[in-house]
Amino acid sequence: MWDYLKLAVLGLLTLLAAIAANFARDFVYQVHAVIVMLVAGGVFLRALRHTDEPKRPVSNEYMDDVIRAGVIATAFWGVVGFLAGTFIAFQLAFPVLNFEWAQGYANFGRLRPLHTSAVIFAFGGNALLCTSFYIVQRTSAVRLWGGNAAWFVFWGYQLFIVLAATGYLLGGTQGKEYAEPEWYVDLWLTIVWVVYLAVFLGTIIKRKEPHIYVANWFLLSFIVTVAMLHVVNNLSVPVSIWGSRSVQLFAGVQDAMTQWWYGHNAVGFFLTAGFLGMMYYFVPKQAERPVYSYKLSIIHFWALIFLYIWAGPHHLHYTALPDWASTLGMVFSVVLWMPSWGGMINGLMTLSGAWDKLRTDPILRMMVISIGFYGMSTFEGPMMSIRAVNSLSHYTDWTIGHVHSGALGWNGMITFGALYFLTPRLWNRERLYSLSLVNWHFWLATIGIVLYAAAMWVTGIMEGLMWREVDPQGFLVWSFADTVAAKFPMYIVRGLGGVLYLLGAIIMCYNLWMTVRSAPERATAMAPAE
Amino acid sequence: MNYHILREIADSWVLLALFAFFVGVVIWAFRPGSRAIHRDTADIPFRYEDRPAPDGSAIEEAH
Repeated sequence: MWDYLKLAVLGLLTLLAAIAANFARDFVYQVHAVIVMLVAGGVFLRALRHTDEPKRPVSNEYMDDVIRAGVIATAFWGVVGFLAGTFIAFQLAFPVLNFEWAQGYANFGRLRPLHTSAVIFAFGGNALLCTSFYIVQRTSAVRLWGGNAAWFVFWGYQLFIVLAATGYLLGGTQGKEYAEPEWYVDLWLTIVWVVYLAVFLGTIIKRKEPHIYVANWFLLSFIVTVAMLHVVNNLSVPVSIWGSRSVQLFAGVQDAMTQWWYGHNAVGFFLTAGFLGMMYYFVPKQAERPVYSYKLSIIHFWALIFLYIWAGPHHLHYTALPDWASTLGMVFSVVLWMPSWGGMINGLMTLSGAWDKLRTDPILRMMVISIGFYGMSTFEGPMMSIRAVNSLSHYTDWTIGHVHSGALGWNGMITFGALYFLTPRLWNRERLYSLSLVNWHFWLATIGIVLYAAAMWVTGIMEGLMWREVDPQGFLVWSFADTVAAKFPMYIVRGLGGVLYLLGAIIMCYNLWMTVRSAPERATAMAPAE
Repeated sequence: MNYHILREIADSWVLLALFAFFVGVVIWAFRPGSRAIHRDTADIPFRYEDRPAPDGSAIEEAH
């Protein structure tokens, strides 16, 4: 019965997409309709070929095949996102790289959202998907709930990424930072996300452990909050159901406030709470000791949840936003420093009594430096949210540097650590192919981040000071073009930092590939997971 | 129900309720007897790494 229903839905979807492609009022929408038609048609054919096949008995093993796919997707999108970032970094230094023949498709303005979404949602999102599926099964001691729903989440999310990315290149964007995809892509992501929530929650509900491990609290808050943020920030009315354009429900300063409530909590819940869930599982596992203080982790969780949601207005200092709102955002951002550092201390102190492992275990070192960067950027962030500091730092490259020390240092490094942890286990290998390559990756990435962040601090503060410098008569000393010219050397250093970071990620991909290919099998006489 | 009423409720009773909830969580985390439970919970990642808990086995509260 379910098979036939599935066929009907898929067939209908294919037909609707074909009609939409025909009626399309703009090119982006047409391309997306064709993509949806091909995907739905392909899935229809596949479902048709497997209709009425005998069902395989439900296994009592962990569902690891979807996690393996997630590991591959994470590594792949990581390299794509880093490559895009490195390229646009050089586009800023050398504008000639905005090729004339690719004008309107591959210039900086089109590639920048592609880069941000590729690293945050494609690389980070896939990392969160696969690690959350891994963690929730191990800490609940049950197989993933919902059978193939996890596969729907995985492939549905990849389709979302493809629609978003092609949309950016072709100009289909609603112009909201980190929320660029247009209305129909938003609707699709909502469906995928609700199924994701169901799978995750279903697994927790049928757990065999009496308690819910703290990592699952963080991951659950990430899933729930992102759903809420996504829906509210994307409230819009399509101009036509056959076109990609839509009109936001909110206008003016309300829209700006909603956008940065979303934008900052995308950082707070996607890039922080979700990745803290990873930290609370992988750091204890790799260090082979339980988390330093479970009490602290509970307080860390609730304090973070209660504070982060209010911090958004610090993105809108000196705007039409009322002063009380931006003061509120500033105060909560500064208070947020405390739980952030509580979490950092909890992660770092998990190693107490095992610090010697840092000397021999480059994976653990990667995780520890990521926690270090977490601490650094959660100190820098509150500082930059203070109105007086913000008047210097806002609109300058300092902001870009801050974001990247968080994203490359914290999110990137903890994800690399998790991938190194997961690959041997998921493919039933005794160990990684090469620890010295992990070492290379570690140093390339670290030096890359240092070059990046240092260059952006220098250029950001320089730029901020130049913009506000006035001569004794009260005239501005520098024109905008002067600051652009002065930034050139730092742009090159930043680009080089990106190259090093990208190189490290490529080395990781090679190492993981060779681990699967040629590392010896795990010796224990254990059936391969799945 | 307009904005001002919502605002009024938000920065009085709701604020108080949220704050009280948070203080309650902290007190709850430090309640007597929580140490053993927390130690057990913190050990969860080290228990079922390779395969799920066998069917019908409810894991008892204290290990």
